[in-house]
Amino acid sequence: MRRARLARDAAILVLLAAACALPFLLSNFRLFQFTQVYIYAIAILGLNMLTGYNGQFSLGHGAFYAVGAYVSAIMMDRWGIPYGWTIPVAGVLCLVVGFLFGLPALRLQGLYLALATFSLALAVPQILKYFEHWTGGSQGLVLSKPSAPFGLPLNSDQWLYFLTLAVLAVLFWAGANLLRGRVGRAIVAIRDNHIAAEAMGINSARYKSLVFGVSAAYTGVAGALSASVIAYVAPDSFNVFLSITLLIGSVIGGLASISGALFGAFFIQFVPNWAQDISKAAPWAIFGVFLIGFMYVMPFGIAGAIRLLWIRVTRARVSPEGRNAVPSQAHTTT
Amino acid sequence: MTRTRNLLAMLLALGVTALATPAGAQTVVGVTATEVKIGNTNPYSGPASAYGTIGKVIGAYFKKVNDEGGINGRKITYITYDDGYAPPKTVEMVRRLVEQDQVAALFQTLGTPPNSAIHRYMNQQKVPHLFVATGATKWNDPKNHPWTMGFQPNYQTEGRVYAAHVLKNTPNAKVGILYQNDDYGKDYLKGFEDGLGEAAKKMIVLKQSYEVTDPTIDSQIVNLKNSGATVFFNITIPKFAVQAIKKANDIGWKPVHYLNNVSSSLGNVLKPAGLEASRGLITALYMKEVTDPQWRNDKGFTDWVAFMKKYYPEGALDLQENAYGYNVAILMAHTLRQCGNDLSRENIMRQAAGIKDLELPLLLPGIKINTSATDFAPIEQEQLARFNGEKWETFGELFDAFRKQ
Amino acid sequence: MEIFVQQVVSGLATGGIYASLALALVMIYRATDVVNFAQGEMAMFATYICWSMLDAGLPYWVAFVGTLAIAFVGGVTLQRVIIRPVEQAPILTIVIVTLGLLVIFNSLAGWIWTYVQKPFPSPFPSRPFKASLGLGEGHEIIFGAHELGQIGITLLVLLAVYLFFRFTPLGLAMRAAAHNPVSSRLVGIRVGWMLALGWGLAAVVGAVAGMLVAPILTLEPNLMGGVQLYAFAAATLGGFASPGGAVLGGFIVGVVENLVGTYVSFIGTELKLTVALGMIIVVLLVRPTGLFGSSVVKRV
Repeated sequence: MRRARLARDAAILVLLAAACALPFLLSNFRLFQFTQVYIYAIAILGLNMLTGYNGQFSLGHGAFYAVGAYVSAIMMDRWGIPYGWTIPVAGVLCLVVGFLFGLPALRLQGLYLALATFSLALAVPQILKYFEHWTGGSQGLVLSKPSAPFGLPLNSDQWLYFLTLAVLAVLFWAGANLLRGRVGRAIVAIRDNHIAAEAMGINSARYKSLVFGVSAAYTGVAGALSASVIAYVAPDSFNVFLSITLLIGSVIGGLASISGALFGAFFIQFVPNWAQDISKAAPWAIFGVFLIGFMYVMPFGIAGAIRLLWIRVTRARVSPEGRNAVPSQAHTTT
Repeated sequence: MTRTRNLLAMLLALGVTALATPAGAQTVVGVTATEVKIGNTNPYSGPASAYGTIGKVIGAYFKKVNDEGGINGRKITYITYDDGYAPPKTVEMVRRLVEQDQVAALFQTLGTPPNSAIHRYMNQQKVPHLFVATGATKWNDPKNHPWTMGFQPNYQTEGRVYAAHVLKNTPNAKVGILYQNDDYGKDYLKGFEDGLGEAAKKMIVLKQSYEVTDPTIDSQIVNLKNSGATVFFNITIPKFAVQAIKKANDIGWKPVHYLNNVSSSLGNVLKPAGLEASRGLITALYMKEVTDPQWRNDKGFTDWVAFMKKYYPEGALDLQENAYGYNVAILMAHTLRQCGNDLSRENIMRQAAGIKDLELPLLLPGIKINTSATDFAPIEQEQLARFNGEKWETFGELFDAFRKQ
Repeated sequence: MEIFVQQVVSGLATGGIYASLALALVMIYRATDVVNFAQGEMAMFATYICWSMLDAGLPYWVAFVGTLAIAFVGGVTLQRVIIRPVEQAPILTIVIVTLGLLVIFNSLAGWIWTYVQKPFPSPFPSRPFKASLGLGEGHEIIFGAHELGQIGITLLVLLAVYLFFRFTPLGLAMRAAAHNPVSSRLVGIRVGWMLALGWGLAAVVGAVAGMLVAPILTLEPNLMGGVQLYAFAAATLGGFASPGGAVLGGFIVGVVENLVGTYVSFIGTELKLTVALGMIIVVLLVRPTGLFGSSVVKRV
C-alpha cells in the first residue's frame, strides 16, 4: 500500500516536472491547447466531485463555467481589475451560487436533478443576452490577453500556461486532500447509501450543499481562467453543449477519480480535432463512434480502466483486501 | 592539410550558394513558388451548419481557379476548419491556421462572435483577415484594425435603408418589429432605430424577439398584429421568415412588410410561404437572387450554374448562399491576382484596400466593389425591391451608404 | 380577450410539438429506465428517410407507414446492438452512449442530405380554420388545420400507448421487465427482447413526432435540436414516468411561455425560454418528481 502511494506521488512529481518543461519545447499553439486542457481538467474535477463522488447528477455545469468567465470578464472590462484578482473572486462567487443552488437541489433525486440542472444550462445564454449592459449582450466582451508580470522572459502563452498549471496543481492537491479525507468519505457514503450515512451521524443536507458549492467554485475558476486565455466571452460560447461536453469528459475520464479529470480533459480537447482530421464530411459521427467505443471498452472511464489494469497486474502480490476489491463506483481512485 | 582546405573551400562555396539563393519565395509566409495557402473557418456543424455550404462553394471555386492555371502560376491551397460557430473553437482553429499551417491570409471566416473572438489576434499577428462573412459594422475600422476587412453591406446600413423608406412613405405609421435575439438581429434593429431617429420612440409600438432554438414564432406574430402596427420590419432567418409571412397572411394582417435581405430567397422563403402571401414584401438587395426568373438568361447567372454543375454538383441551385460564396471567392481570387508575384501579407492587404469599381457576376447591375485606405467596406450599395407575386422588382434609386456619410 | 385565447391556441399548437417528442422520451424511460438523449435525432433521421421516399415518388401514406416500419426495426436493432453491451454499466455510461448516438445521427443526416433546409409536406389541408367563438366579426380565433391535426394525432398516440401498457399482455410484460427484470425472467418474460421492443415503439412514436413537426419547422438536421430541449423540460414537468403527464407538460409549457411573453412586459420575449425553464424548476421544488410522477419508494 505504501509502495503504491510512493509510486503514485513520484509519478505525479515527474509529470509536473515534464509539464513545466513543455513551454520551452512546444509551439505557442500547442501550449494554448494544453492550457485549454488544464482549464477543462479543473472544470471536470469540479463536476467529478459532485456527480462522481457525491452522486448528484449535474447536466448544467456549463452554467457555473459561464458565471466564472463572465465575472472575470466584467471585472476586467468594466472595472479594470487585473485578471489575477478576478480568478479567486470568481471562485468565491461560484461557491456561493453553487451552495445556494445546492439547497433546493436537495429535494431532487437522480434524473430530476439532472434535468433541472439541464434546464439551468439551457437558460444561461438567454440570461446572458438579456443583461446586455453588463455582459455586452450577444456581441460579447473582447478582453486583452495578459502578459507575463515582473518582466519575466515569457510570452503571453507561456505565462498563461504556467499560471493555469499552477492553479491546476493547487486545486488538484486541495481536491485530493478533501476527497481522500473525512469529507471525501462522508460524501461517498452519502452517495452509496444516504440513509445509512445519516444514521451514522453525517449531516447529509449540509455536505450535499457544500459539495455543490465547492464543485461550482472549481468550475467557476476554470471559466475565469478561460476568459483570459481566449480573451473573449460571448453567450454562444456557453450553451448547453458546453455542459454536455464537460459531462462527457467526466465520464470518459472516470467519474469518481481525480486523475480522470485530466484524462477526460485531454479527450474533449483533442478527440474532436482528430475526428475532423479523419473525416471532413462527418467528423462528429467519428467522435460519436469514439464515445461509444470508449464506453464499451472502458465503462468506468479511463481512470477506471487503469485501476482495473493495476489490480490485475499486481493481483499476485496484493493483500487480501486487494483481491476482493470489487471494481465499482464505490471506490475512489487517484 | 589539403583535405581540410578542400573541405573548407567546399563549405565556403556552399555557404555562398546558400546566401545567393533568392530568399524571396521562402520567407513569405504561406507562399512558395507553386502555392499560396489561404485559411478559413466555417460552421460545418452545430446550430449554424446551414452556412457551411459557403465554405464548400469557396473551395469548389478555388479548385476551378487551380484547374485553369491558378493565380499567376501558383495553386491556391485552401485550408478550412470547422468551428461549430463556437468562439473558443474559432480561436483554436485560427491559431492553428496561422501558427501551425502558416497560411498567407484568412478569408471569409464566418459569424460575428467567431470573428470578434479573433479580431484582436489577427491584427496583433498582422495577418490579413479578409472579407469576413458577417454584416456587423465593426469590420470597417482601418485605423484601429488595419488587417481586418468586411465584405457584404452591413446590417445597420440595411436597417437604415428601410427606415429612410418608412419615413418617406409612411411617416405616421405604427411600426412593429420581429427580430432574432442575437448579434445579427440586434444589429439590424439598431440600424433601423438609428435611421428613424427621434421618431423611433413614437413610431415603434412593439418589438418581439425569438431565439434560434424556438420552434415557432406564431405567438409573436399574433402580438404584433394586436399592437395595431401598420408597418412590419421582419428580421428573421429563412426558417422563421416563412412562418412569419404565412402566419401574418393567415391571421389577416397586412402591414407594409419589410423583410431583411438574409431571407429574400424566392425559392427558399417566398415560395414555401406562398407567392400570393408574399406579394408586396419589400427588401434591399445587392445580389441577383438566384431563384428569380428575371436572371434566367443573364450571363453571370448562367456562368454560375455551369460552375455549380461541374465543381459543386451536390450544392443546391436555389440557395443564395452558394451564389454569395461564389461571388466573394471571385473577389479573393481577383485580389490575389492583383498581387502579382508579391504575395506577402502586406501586399495582399494593400491590394485588398485598393479595389476600384470592380463588378462581380452575381451583384446587381450598378453595384460595384470599392475599397480604399479609409474604406474597408467593399460593398456599400443596396437597392430596394418589391415582390410583385412573381419576382423582385427593384425601384427607387441605388442607396449608397458611402456617399450618405 | 381575443388575444388571450389566440395565444392559448398558439401555445397549444407549439406545446403539441413538445408533447409529441416528450411522449417518445417517456416511453423509452418507462420501458427501459434509460433517458435516451438521441431520441430527437432518431426522430429527425426517420423523417429524412420519409423525405427520401417521398422524393423517390412514393405517395404520402405509403412513405409514412414505411417510415414507421423502418423506425421500429431501427429502434429494436439499436437496442440489441448498441445498448445491450452496456446495459449493466453505470447509468451515466449509458447516457454517454446515447449522446454518441445523438452526434452520429446528426452528423450522418447532415452528410447524407446536406444541411440545407427542405420543405416537408403535411397530410392536412393548409387552409386555416377560423372560429368566431361569439366574439364577433374580425375577432376570430385562427388556427391552422395542420396544428390541429398534429395535436389530434399526438393525443391518439397517447391513447394508444396508454391502452397498450394498461390492457395488453405485451404491455404488462414490458412494464414488468423494466420494473423488475429478475422476477420477470423467473416468470418467463424475455427481458432482453422487451427492452428492444420498448426502443422500437419509442422510435415509432418519435418518427410520428418528426413527420408531424417537419412541415411546421422545415426539415433540416437540427430540426429536433430546439424541440428536444423543450421536450425534456415538458417531460420533467409532467413527471418522467407518466406519458400523460409528459403530454400535458408539453401543452403547459407552450401555453405558459406564450402568455408570459405576451402579458409580462418587462420579461417580454427576450426571456421566454428562461421563464419556461424557471417555471419547471419551481414546480420541481414543490413536487420533486413532476406533476404526475410518483414518488420513488426505496426499500431500506
